[in-house]
Amino acid sequence: MERFNVYASRLITKKEYFSPGHRACQGCAEALAVRLVAKALGQNVIVSSATGCMEIVSSPLPFTNWRVPWIHVAFENTSAVASGVEGGTKALIRKGKLPDKGTVFLGMGGDGATTDIGLQSLSGAFERGHNFLYVCYDNEAYMNTGIQRSSSTPFGAATTTSPAGKLKPGQVTWKKNMGEIAVAHNIPYVATACSSYPFDLIEKVKKAARIHGPAYIHILSVCPTGWRVPPNKAIWIGRLAVETGVFPLYEVENGKYRITVDVPELKPVLDYLKPQGRFRHLTPELVDQIQERVTREYNQLKAKATL
Amino acid sequence: MGERVGIEVSLAAAEAVKMANVDVVAAYPITPQTHIVEHLSELVADGELDAEFIPVESEHSAMSVCCGSSAVGARTFTCTSSQGLALMNEIVFIAPAMRLPIVMILANRSLSGPLSIWNDHTDVMSVRDCGWIQFFTENGQEAFDHVMFSFRVAEDPAVSLPIMMNMDGFVLTHVIEPIEFWDQETVKQYLPDFEPVNRLHPDNPVTMGAFGLLGIFTEAKMAQDQALLNSKAVILEAWKDMGDLVGRYYKPVETYHVEGAETVFLSMGSVGETVSLAVDQLRAQGKPVGQVKLRLWRPFPFEEFREAVRGVKQMIVIDRAITYGGVGGPVASEIRSFLYLEENMPTITNFLCGLAGRDVTVEDYMAMFEKTEQMVKGKVRQEDYIIYGVRE
Repeated sequence: MERFNVYASRLITKKEYFSPGHRACQGCAEALAVRLVAKALGQNVIVSSATGCMEIVSSPLPFTNWRVPWIHVAFENTSAVASGVEGGTKALIRKGKLPDKGTVFLGMGGDGATTDIGLQSLSGAFERGHNFLYVCYDNEAYMNTGIQRSSSTPFGAATTTSPAGKLKPGQVTWKKNMGEIAVAHNIPYVATACSSYPFDLIEKVKKAARIHGPAYIHILSVCPTGWRVPPNKAIWIGRLAVETGVFPLYEVENGKYRITVDVPELKPVLDYLKPQGRFRHLTPELVDQIQERVTREYNQLKAKATL
Repeated sequence: MGERVGIEVSLAAAEAVKMANVDVVAAYPITPQTHIVEHLSELVADGELDAEFIPVESEHSAMSVCCGSSAVGARTFTCTSSQGLALMNEIVFIAPAMRLPIVMILANRSLSGPLSIWNDHTDVMSVRDCGWIQFFTENGQEAFDHVMFSFRVAEDPAVSLPIMMNMDGFVLTHVIEPIEFWDQETVKQYLPDFEPVNRLHPDNPVTMGAFGLLGIFTEAKMAQDQALLNSKAVILEAWKDMGDLVGRYYKPVETYHVEGAETVFLSMGSVGETVSLAVDQLRAQGKPVGQVKLRLWRPFPFEEFREAVRGVKQMIVIDRAITYGGVGGPVASEIRSFLYLEENMPTITNFLCGLAGRDVTVEDYMAMFEKTEQMVKGKVRQEDYIIYGVRE
């Protein structure tokens, strides 16, 4: 398996479509995820991006890091913009005004743009059945505006709008399960991924691009700045999220669940929580609460995967 | 030339959109825009129009879809009213900055609250500064003709800006009028295929919608303002060519009996025809009264307007929207400031009327003239604006 990884990395294109020189923070695992997604999709793609970190770091007029066609309009409407890009191209092809090149349509946004403000437009685009892939880069808060909580922020995490105080232990709500929300739309492909598992991520993006109809990939993207971890620990933290079962890697193809990175024995969640400054205030009771929930949800997922 | 048919104005507008061979229609239902969109969806369902009809889940998404489809070079149409315009407001401001030539019909309706579905101009005036080309239509024939005009002007490479065609809700959208259709050959002569300046396509990657820091923002806005001002030349050419083809010549500012007029009414949209009847009656009484109709609202037709009101002593500006706590209706306050530096600036009285579809009759306009005469003679205190017809 070790050898396979050495070999597999050589199969990945050396070409960069999300070019170096962007302005993301050191150790940004979200920028890494964007780079991997761009590599997986190649040249034949049109990207619609939401406002957010990845838009801001990559498009300061008159510069761009995008070597593929890319459009940004606003924060909450990426899926609608992608719907128009896809619909417009489809009409032009059908009317003989453009050749059919099998272009992939990608919509992308952060967790705020996806699970909060853009959920309606995403749901609409899923329901209408546009042939597009939506990728959510989930760094679990509004990092671009300064680490405010979103509905994707995990229970117990301290952010600037869910601070750990004398009365409240940081975020008091549980992370919205966006993967399941996507599955509930009966779309042909849903997956989770993490930039700490690049081959798994790339395979899923390639598969999603091949599928006709809407596809959704939710990528956990470690944010050293917002999570209060050293930049050189981002990949390690992402691995711990998977190894503890906090963020399981799975895919749902036409309703059929499959865990793609199996973890036979989960590590304790404390291994994941402890190195992160955003969880430093958690009491053993709160950690137990999180452990109980993570174990239960992981078992539920496993049960679905073995059906 | 095409045939003359009796048809509801909304359906005629939809037929014109079909004749323009639009590629994408994205819309969300709102009264009184519905008949236009319903008819377009029928035309697509019957195969009479080959377009993607994208029934979005909100107006915000409607305008966002339009941005996406216009960016790939598809001829794009949408249509809304009132609350729909308010909901898509954010994207309405972004589309011209991205130079996306979307055509939108705004079936004018009052903004809530209280909720009302009826006609006035509170919706369009809320986006006065959005950067779109904006104009008003007065009757069904104008509406039909200006669909073709809108696509031609918006998509002209020298313009490449979105265009908003205002059409009064119900009083225009829902009435049946005799309308002379164009034949397809005339449309073909008048309206070339859409060739976008830039197109999102993998063969030639471009970045659209990059963000502007303070070092470039002002310059970008200046360029946008210039683009809107420059569009006027294309607008005038498009009107001239239309006149040569179909025999109807339109102008940015229309005048009616302004020869020797000391007082002129200023109107926009469908109330213009009623105002004309009032002018006829006042003229019959020997009063030197005329009328100026402002068709083009953005870019503002400075020269034409100045010319139209030259020598006029009094202006009665009809506003169909309120500027709460301000210096008058949006049209009047703008006209006042525009004419401020003119020699012999006319006295301007401002009547806010016809809100949410309240009928304003010929007699009402004559009463406004009477009131203006009294105010000017000093019998009544000059007021910045009068909300006309408030029930006591």
